Amino acid sequence: MGAVRTAMQQAVGPILEMKGITKTFPGVKALTDVNISVMPAEIHAVVGENGAGKSTLMKVLSGVYPHGSYDGTILYEGKERQFRKISDSEDIGIIIIHQELALVPLLSIAENIFLGHETARNGIINWFEAFTRTRELLKKVGLSEHPNTLITNIGTGKQQLVEIAKALNKKVKLLILDEPTSSLNEKDSNALLELLKGFKAQGIASILITHKLNEVMKVADRITVIRDGKTVDTMDVHTGEVNEDRIIKAMVGRDLSERYPPRIPHIGDTLLEVKNWSVHHPQHADRQVIKGVNLTVKAGEVVGIAGLMGAGRTEFAMSLFGKAYGTKISGDVFMRGKPVDVSSIPKAMEAGLAYVTEDRKTYGLVLIDHIKHNVTLANLKGVSERGVVNDVSEIGVATKYRKDLGIRSSSIYQTTVNLSGGNQQKVVLSKWLFSGPDVLILDEPTRGIDVGAKFEIYGIINQLAGEGKAVIVISSEMPELLGISDRIYVMNEGKFVAEMPAKEASQEKIMRAIMKSWGT
Amino acid sequence: MTDIAAKAERPSIMSFVKANIRDYALLLSLAAIMVFFQFTTKGILFTPLNMTNIILQNSYIVIMALGMLLIIVAGHIDLSVGFLSGFVGAIAGVLMVTNPFWPVEWKLGTVPAIAVCLLAGTLIGALQGWFVARFRIPAFIVTLAGMLIFRGLMIAMLSGRNLGPFPESFQAISNGYVPDLLAFMAPAGINMFALVVGAVVTLLILWSNWKARMLEQAHGMAEEPIELFYGRNALIAAAFLAFSWIMANHRGLPNVLITMFALVALFMFITTRTTFGRRVYAMGGNEKAARLSGLNTEKITIAIFAIMGGLSALAGLVYAARLNSAQPKAGAGLELDVIAACFIGGAAVTGGVGKITGVVIGAFIMGVMNNGMGIMGIGIDWQQVIKGAVLLLAVFLDVYFKNKS
Repeated sequence: MGAVRTAMQQAVGPILEMKGITKTFPGVKALTDVNISVMPAEIHAVVGENGAGKSTLMKVLSGVYPHGSYDGTILYEGKERQFRKISDSEDIGIIIIHQELALVPLLSIAENIFLGHETARNGIINWFEAFTRTRELLKKVGLSEHPNTLITNIGTGKQQLVEIAKALNKKVKLLILDEPTSSLNEKDSNALLELLKGFKAQGIASILITHKLNEVMKVADRITVIRDGKTVDTMDVHTGEVNEDRIIKAMVGRDLSERYPPRIPHIGDTLLEVKNWSVHHPQHADRQVIKGVNLTVKAGEVVGIAGLMGAGRTEFAMSLFGKAYGTKISGDVFMRGKPVDVSSIPKAMEAGLAYVTEDRKTYGLVLIDHIKHNVTLANLKGVSERGVVNDVSEIGVATKYRKDLGIRSSSIYQTTVNLSGGNQQKVVLSKWLFSGPDVLILDEPTRGIDVGAKFEIYGIINQLAGEGKAVIVISSEMPELLGISDRIYVMNEGKFVAEMPAKEASQEKIMRAIMKSWGT
Repeated sequence: MTDIAAKAERPSIMSFVKANIRDYALLLSLAAIMVFFQFTTKGILFTPLNMTNIILQNSYIVIMALGMLLIIVAGHIDLSVGFLSGFVGAIAGVLMVTNPFWPVEWKLGTVPAIAVCLLAGTLIGALQGWFVARFRIPAFIVTLAGMLIFRGLMIAMLSGRNLGPFPESFQAISNGYVPDLLAFMAPAGINMFALVVGAVVTLLILWSNWKARMLEQAHGMAEEPIELFYGRNALIAAAFLAFSWIMANHRGLPNVLITMFALVALFMFITTRTTFGRRVYAMGGNEKAARLSGLNTEKITIAIFAIMGGLSALAGLVYAARLNSAQPKAGAGLELDVIAACFIGGAAVTGGVGKITGVVIGAFIMGVMNNGMGIMGIGIDWQQVIKGAVLLLAVFLDVYFKNKS
């Protein structure tokens, strides 16, 4: 007993201190003078909006961004550390578990846990040892699965636990979990949080990155709030002055300094109406992803859909756009009051829908091709006669959109892979504008593009609404939604949990609506 | 001052050549290979008789490479084309020739037999495409299975023996020549018709290049320096005129040459001007984006495999007609030459990239090498080694220049 106490007393200083961390990317300052310290045997929550810089901070800590690519110092167990690669931080017990799990689906639990650290001598694996040790590790995280079970055959919750077991195998001292419960149900989430408490009792410190403030309140000892790449507050939960309202205020408390082009809305009749829309997961057909969503949009109206990552916004939009996502889709769609068929992408386009993807590189552009071909791809009929493309009219169309949307490029023959994010986005927008839709669904239209280009995109959205089109904007940046929408739906866990006119909405109101709806 | 500005705006010839090194390198390679064999074969290569031979030997490769380009651009591969062509040759055999080992005797005429064969090839191709598109089975596997099946069926149909001879009207597909309609105008021994057709085709090509150039200029997008444009077109004209002169000095224009030429022109049109061609390239460049842009990728996939099947059938007919018999070894290994021609011609394994001109040049690089090495008396063993090395070198240079730029 005495020996244990002395050890605890010796380690009374923080296990981790990050001081004055500043990280810049070309054109963007992702982190500015961030300070955070984690005590041994502490659960430390890091909260902040999407894009606040939480993940960047963790990448600095784990060595994804090597020493020298950032300013500031990292002290771990009292010594300054300069990680050059991820294994440098792993070797001394800092393990990060990412949102997207790094497991190989078609290998067994045991194989995954020992991947890269095989229990082998001279390259020959000792499977018995691997099995016994896997069993021990699984027991520690509360799993009773056979070590031979394939990862693909266990649920996401258990996969998360396998990841943690893998971390334990590496003698973890500081465990970092990035949104660990975002894809878990209530029961699995609680089990995971209990596990963290158990680790705490064993002296393992954890950093918990999460949006879910009720979880933070449940398990965290201290909370660091990051906003716009800066630490704005560190609160000690045990002093009792901490509540969700205070955290939310600290998370979103910026003034709306970004500007949005002014617009006078002219809202007409209802254009699109979606009733009771339900969608199931494409691989796990028993999991309902969208649960009875109702939506209306009027001509000339900009409607925002707010929500956290994983709320189901993209899934909703893509399922609506010709069943591009999901199975067992049910619900009715009306255009100007008449029922329409949106069961395939061409039919959805025929009905007047267009969906501008959040992932323009994977789903938006043919990157190896130039601007002209990308702009006309969704409406080749518009520049062709009897299947033969008319060069002159195609060049005309591409030139027009390049000018109208201000696509900065050497010519319409510039390959799109060489364009900046903002200009790529304008090419995707051009493609869908040329398809002549009545309703545009823009999914994260300003993700990863600079402030100037954002302003231009907002201008385009205003112009479209001015022309009498209906625009649905999905965005994780709440100030953006508040700045450009007329009306906002709040989505969480596959449902619309609130609806409010943008005039009456605020970031706090939206956040509260989300927090209130967890598990309901 | 104005002088300097004007100079700065105009792209230099060298920088343009550097930016388009791939296209020029390919043409220069073909030219270099031709000159090389002209020397090593002591002038036999460019004789009218031998040039005609190269055309005949190469025609089925070129025909199939046209379809293979679409398949590769779409991001797939078709391994079955060699044996499918052989199998269709066997079908032609049993349809037209009396086969003692075949229960039924059809004795079909040349035209209906050709129609049945082309239809069969197209349907078989469509079926393979259906498996690829509908069930998402990799084309490599579907066509590997097809390769085995068609080979087996071919041998079974022919009972392992050669079947011939074909009617003369059928042999004319490969061995016939377009009659010299203008013979009265020319001295004996010169095929006037070939010369006139050569001149007309040359003028058509120059005219269409000129029109494209004008269109680019109208939109301020003419990037190729004018000297290069003139030089390139002069070379094209010289090559075509010289070629028609050589042809005119033998027996004129082989029927196969006309077929091949028409197909090349058709596929250039399909790939560069039609919405269908555009969709194939878009699908190969990014299938997800193409599908989300409303393209029916299943239909397109089935269509390209159907086209490939039809072209394989045609190649099989040309092959059978040339040998004047359906043979159980017909088409063996042809798929490798066809695929190699596409990759030498600059098609990308990852899809979305490739030109008909490149593939035709690629096919002729293979063809001239086959022919030249044959005349030099190099054994089939070393021919394979050299061809393999050339394929590797071509793709290596492609990747090398891409990484550099």
